[in-house]
Amino acid sequence: MCSSCMGISSSQRSKKSVDMEICRREDKLEISELDPFLAELLRQIPASTNPEGAPAAEKRLFSPPADRSKTEQCSEWKLYVEPELRRLFRTATETVAADLEQLNGNEKPFANRKLRIPTQHADAWLNALNQARLVIAAKYNFSDGELCDHYRSPIGSRRDLGLFQLNFYGFLQEFILREIDGCSEKTSD
Amino acid sequence: MIEKETRSQDDVDLPWQVVVHNDPVNLMTYVTMVFQRVFGYPREKAERHMLEVHRKGRSILWSGMRERAELYVQQLHGYLLLATLEKVS
Repeated sequence: MCSSCMGISSSQRSKKSVDMEICRREDKLEISELDPFLAELLRQIPASTNPEGAPAAEKRLFSPPADRSKTEQCSEWKLYVEPELRRLFRTATETVAADLEQLNGNEKPFANRKLRIPTQHADAWLNALNQARLVIAAKYNFSDGELCDHYRSPIGSRRDLGLFQLNFYGFLQEFILREIDGCSEKTSD
Repeated sequence: MIEKETRSQDDVDLPWQVVVHNDPVNLMTYVTMVFQRVFGYPREKAERHMLEVHRKGRSILWSGMRERAELYVQQLHGYLLLATLEKVS
Protein backbone atom coordinates (compact mmCIF):
# COMPACT_ATOMS: atom_id res chain seq x y z
CA MET A 1 0.00 0.00 0.00
CA CYS A 2 1.35 3.43 -0.91
CA SER A 3 -0.52 6.46 0.45
CA SER A 4 1.71 9.02 -1.25
CA CYS A 5 4.77 9.17 -3.41
CA MET A 6 7.23 11.79 -4.60
CA GLY A 7 10.52 11.77 -6.47
CA ILE A 8 13.86 13.62 -6.49
CA SER A 9 16.89 13.34 -8.68
CA SER A 10 20.49 14.25 -7.94
CA SER A 11 21.54 14.13 -11.57
CA GLN A 12 20.37 15.52 -14.87
CA ARG A 13 17.62 13.49 -16.42
CA SER A 14 18.53 10.88 -18.96
CA LYS A 15 16.70 7.90 -20.33
CA LYS A 16 18.60 5.60 -17.98
CA SER A 17 18.35 7.66 -14.78
CA VAL A 18 15.96 6.53 -12.03
CA ASP A 19 14.63 9.14 -9.60
CA MET A 20 14.62 8.54 -5.88
CA GLU A 21 11.14 7.65 -4.67
CA ILE A 22 9.71 8.19 -1.25
CA CYS A 23 6.54 6.40 -0.19
CA ARG A 24 4.54 5.40 2.81
CA ARG A 25 4.23 1.64 3.13
CA GLU A 26 2.05 0.73 6.10
CA ASP A 27 4.03 1.66 9.23
CA LYS A 28 7.20 2.64 7.40
CA LEU A 29 8.40 5.49 5.26
CA GLU A 30 10.33 3.99 2.38
CA ILE A 31 12.98 5.81 0.38
CA SER A 32 13.90 3.76 -2.65
CA GLU A 33 16.16 4.17 -5.69
CA LEU A 34 18.63 6.09 -3.56
CA ASP A 35 21.68 6.65 -5.72
CA PRO A 36 25.10 6.46 -3.98
CA PHE A 37 25.36 10.27 -3.77
CA LEU A 38 21.99 10.75 -2.02
CA ALA A 39 22.68 7.70 0.17
CA GLU A 40 25.95 9.33 1.25
CA LEU A 41 24.11 12.58 2.06
CA LEU A 42 21.77 10.58 4.28
CA ARG A 43 24.72 8.88 5.98
CA GLN A 44 26.06 12.36 6.70
CA ILE A 45 23.02 13.37 8.81
CA PRO A 46 24.43 12.35 12.23
CA ALA A 47 27.82 13.97 11.54
CA SER A 48 26.11 17.11 10.22
CA THR A 49 24.30 17.66 13.52
CA ASN A 50 27.63 18.17 15.29
CA PRO A 51 28.23 21.89 15.90
CA GLU A 52 31.82 21.35 17.14
CA GLY A 53 34.27 23.85 15.75
CA ALA A 54 31.51 26.23 14.67
CA PRO A 55 30.56 28.57 17.50
CA ALA A 56 27.71 30.05 15.41
CA ALA A 57 26.15 26.60 15.05
CA GLU A 58 26.52 25.83 18.77
CA LYS A 59 24.96 29.22 19.55
CA ARG A 60 22.04 28.51 17.24
CA LEU A 61 21.29 25.03 18.62
CA PHE A 62 21.50 26.28 22.19
CA SER A 63 20.07 29.76 21.96
CA PRO A 64 19.31 31.69 25.17
CA PRO A 65 15.76 31.61 26.58
CA ALA A 66 15.69 35.35 27.19
CA ASP A 67 17.48 38.57 26.43
CA ARG A 68 21.17 38.07 27.31
CA SER A 69 20.91 40.88 29.84
CA LYS A 70 18.82 38.52 31.99
CA THR A 71 21.96 36.80 33.22
CA GLU A 72 20.39 34.87 36.10
CA GLN A 73 17.72 33.38 33.86
CA CYS A 74 20.27 32.48 31.19
CA SER A 75 22.72 30.88 33.62
CA GLU A 76 19.97 28.80 35.26
CA TRP A 77 18.91 27.65 31.79
CA LYS A 78 22.48 26.64 30.96
CA LEU A 79 22.72 24.67 34.16
CA TYR A 80 19.37 22.87 34.20
CA VAL A 81 17.74 22.95 30.77
CA GLU A 82 20.62 22.79 28.33
CA PRO A 83 21.79 19.32 29.45
CA GLU A 84 18.23 18.05 28.88
CA LEU A 85 18.21 19.55 25.39
CA ARG A 86 21.58 18.00 24.61
CA ARG A 87 20.25 14.63 25.71
CA LEU A 88 17.11 15.05 23.58
CA PHE A 89 19.10 16.00 20.47
CA ARG A 90 21.60 13.18 20.99
CA THR A 91 18.82 10.57 21.36
CA ALA A 92 17.20 11.75 18.12
CA THR A 93 20.53 11.58 16.29
CA GLU A 94 21.25 8.09 17.64
CA THR A 95 17.85 6.84 16.45
CA VAL A 96 18.54 8.20 12.97
CA ALA A 97 22.07 6.74 12.96
CA ALA A 98 20.65 3.31 13.85
CA ASP A 99 18.09 3.52 10.99
CA LEU A 100 20.87 4.54 8.60
CA GLU A 101 22.75 1.28 9.32
CA GLN A 102 20.54 -0.22 6.60
CA LEU A 103 22.60 1.70 4.06
CA ASN A 104 25.78 -0.13 5.07
CA GLY A 105 24.81 -3.47 3.54
CA ASN A 106 26.80 -5.55 1.09
CA GLU A 107 25.19 -4.23 -2.08
CA LYS A 108 27.37 -3.38 -5.06
CA PRO A 109 29.15 -0.04 -4.52
CA PHE A 110 27.20 1.81 -7.20
CA ALA A 111 23.83 0.12 -6.75
CA ASN A 112 20.84 2.15 -5.69
CA ARG A 113 19.76 1.65 -2.09
CA LYS A 114 16.54 1.50 -0.12
CA LEU A 115 15.89 2.88 3.35
CA ARG A 116 12.91 2.10 5.56
CA ILE A 117 12.11 4.46 8.43
CA PRO A 118 9.61 3.22 11.05
CA THR A 119 6.87 5.87 11.44
CA GLN A 120 7.45 5.89 15.21
CA HIS A 121 10.93 7.29 14.44
CA ALA A 122 9.45 10.22 12.48
CA ASP A 123 9.90 12.72 15.33
CA ALA A 124 13.54 11.71 15.79
CA TRP A 125 14.13 12.18 12.07
CA LEU A 126 12.44 15.61 12.06
CA ASN A 127 14.59 16.67 14.99
CA ALA A 128 17.90 15.35 13.62
CA LEU A 129 17.22 16.78 10.15
CA ASN A 130 16.45 20.14 11.73
CA GLN A 131 19.64 20.03 13.81
CA ALA A 132 21.64 19.22 10.68
CA ARG A 133 20.00 22.00 8.62
CA LEU A 134 20.59 24.60 11.34
CA VAL A 135 24.22 23.56 11.82
CA ILE A 136 24.94 23.58 8.06
CA ALA A 137 23.26 26.99 7.63
CA ALA A 138 25.23 28.43 10.55
CA LYS A 139 28.55 26.95 9.36
CA TYR A 140 28.21 28.41 5.86
CA ASN A 141 26.40 31.54 6.99
CA PHE A 142 23.98 31.30 4.05
CA SER A 143 22.14 34.48 3.14
CA ASP A 144 18.33 34.60 2.96
CA GLY A 145 18.65 34.68 -0.83
CA GLU A 146 20.73 31.51 -0.88
CA LEU A 147 18.31 29.76 1.46
CA CYS A 148 15.50 30.47 -1.00
CA ASP A 149 17.53 29.14 -3.94
CA HIS A 150 16.25 25.57 -4.16
CA TYR A 151 17.49 24.89 -7.67
CA ARG A 152 21.18 25.87 -7.60
CA SER A 153 23.01 23.73 -10.09
CA PRO A 154 25.58 22.39 -10.76
CA ILE A 155 27.30 21.76 -7.44
CA GLY A 156 30.68 23.42 -7.89
CA SER A 157 31.94 24.02 -4.37
CA ARG A 158 31.65 22.85 -0.77
CA ARG A 159 29.27 25.75 -0.22
CA ASP A 160 27.00 24.59 -3.08
CA LEU A 161 27.09 21.08 -1.66
CA GLY A 162 26.13 22.44 1.76
CA LEU A 163 23.15 24.22 0.23
CA PHE A 164 22.07 21.10 -1.69
CA GLN A 165 22.37 19.06 1.50
CA LEU A 166 20.29 21.60 3.42
CA ASN A 167 17.58 21.55 0.72
CA PHE A 168 17.60 17.77 0.47
CA TYR A 169 17.12 17.44 4.23
CA GLY A 170 14.32 20.03 4.03
CA PHE A 171 12.64 17.98 1.31
CA LEU A 172 12.73 14.91 3.59
CA GLN A 173 11.33 16.93 6.46
CA GLU A 174 8.43 18.12 4.28
CA PHE A 175 7.64 14.55 3.30
CA ILE A 176 7.75 13.28 6.89
CA LEU A 177 5.56 16.18 8.04
CA ARG A 178 3.04 15.42 5.33
CA GLU A 179 2.90 11.80 6.39
CA ILE A 180 2.52 12.67 10.10
CA ASP A 181 -0.24 15.11 9.19
CA GLY A 182 -1.98 12.48 7.08
CA CYS A 183 -1.84 10.03 9.99
CA SER A 184 -3.26 12.51 12.53
CA GLU A 185 -6.10 13.43 10.15
CA LYS A 186 -6.95 9.75 9.69
CA THR A 187 -6.88 9.22 13.49
CA SER A 188 -9.13 12.19 14.16
CA ASP A 189 -11.72 10.99 11.59
CA MET B 1 -7.33 36.08 53.38
CA ILE B 2 -5.89 33.04 51.60
CA GLU B 3 -7.73 34.07 48.44
CA LYS B 4 -6.19 37.52 48.61
CA GLU B 5 -2.69 36.08 49.00
CA THR B 6 -3.20 33.78 46.03
CA ARG B 7 -4.36 36.67 43.90
CA SER B 8 -1.37 38.79 44.83
CA GLN B 9 0.93 35.86 44.00
CA ASP B 10 -0.75 35.64 40.58
CA ASP B 11 -0.19 39.35 40.11
CA VAL B 12 3.52 38.77 40.64
CA ASP B 13 3.61 35.80 38.25
CA LEU B 14 1.49 37.28 35.48
CA PRO B 15 2.11 38.50 32.75
CA TRP B 16 4.91 36.61 31.07
CA GLN B 17 4.86 35.95 27.39
CA VAL B 18 6.31 33.31 25.12
CA VAL B 19 7.79 34.91 22.02
CA VAL B 20 8.94 33.03 18.92
CA HIS B 21 11.45 34.75 16.64
CA ASN B 22 11.97 34.33 12.91
CA ASP B 23 14.52 31.87 11.62
CA PRO B 24 15.08 31.56 7.87
CA VAL B 25 16.03 27.88 8.12
CA ASN B 26 13.05 26.30 9.86
CA LEU B 27 10.34 25.19 7.46
CA MET B 28 6.96 26.92 7.67
CA THR B 29 5.14 23.59 7.83
CA TYR B 30 7.44 22.45 10.62
CA VAL B 31 6.87 25.61 12.68
CA THR B 32 3.09 25.26 12.24
CA MET B 33 3.24 21.65 13.44
CA VAL B 34 5.28 22.66 16.49
CA PHE B 35 2.74 25.37 17.47
CA GLN B 36 -0.08 22.84 17.14
CA ARG B 37 1.75 20.31 19.28
CA VAL B 38 3.12 22.57 22.00
CA PHE B 39 0.11 24.86 22.48
CA GLY B 40 -2.65 22.60 21.15
CA TYR B 41 -3.69 25.32 18.72
CA PRO B 42 -5.89 24.44 15.74
CA ARG B 43 -4.08 24.56 12.41
CA GLU B 44 -5.54 27.95 11.38
CA LYS B 45 -4.34 29.64 14.58
CA ALA B 46 -0.95 27.95 14.38
CA GLU B 47 -0.56 29.11 10.77
CA ARG B 48 -1.53 32.67 11.71
CA HIS B 49 1.23 32.77 14.32
CA MET B 50 3.71 31.14 11.94
CA LEU B 51 2.98 33.81 9.30
CA GLU B 52 3.32 36.56 11.90
CA VAL B 53 6.74 35.23 12.83
CA HIS B 54 7.68 35.06 9.16
CA ARG B 55 6.44 38.55 8.24
CA LYS B 56 7.03 40.56 11.40
CA GLY B 57 10.02 38.69 12.82
CA ARG B 58 8.26 37.62 16.01
CA SER B 59 4.96 36.53 17.45
CA ILE B 60 3.63 36.27 20.98
CA LEU B 61 2.38 32.72 21.23
CA TRP B 62 1.11 32.65 24.76
CA SER B 63 1.01 34.76 27.90
CA GLY B 64 0.34 33.89 31.50
CA MET B 65 2.07 32.45 34.53
CA ARG B 66 5.85 32.28 34.49
CA GLU B 67 6.21 28.59 35.30
CA ARG B 68 4.05 27.50 32.39
CA ALA B 69 5.67 30.00 30.05
CA GLU B 70 9.09 28.57 30.96
CA LEU B 71 7.87 25.08 30.17
CA TYR B 72 6.59 26.23 26.77
CA VAL B 73 9.91 27.92 25.96
CA GLN B 74 11.76 24.75 26.93
CA GLN B 75 9.51 22.65 24.68
CA LEU B 76 9.99 25.07 21.77
CA HIS B 77 13.77 24.87 22.18
CA GLY B 78 13.43 21.09 22.09
CA TYR B 79 12.00 21.57 18.60
CA LEU B 80 14.88 23.97 17.83
CA LEU B 81 12.75 27.08 17.49
CA LEU B 82 14.07 30.46 18.58
CA ALA B 83 11.87 31.19 21.57
CA THR B 84 12.21 33.55 24.49
CA LEU B 85 10.43 34.32 27.68
CA GLU B 86 9.62 37.99 28.20
CA LYS B 87 7.94 39.91 30.95
CA VAL B 88 5.28 42.27 29.70
CA SER B 89 6.58 45.74 30.42
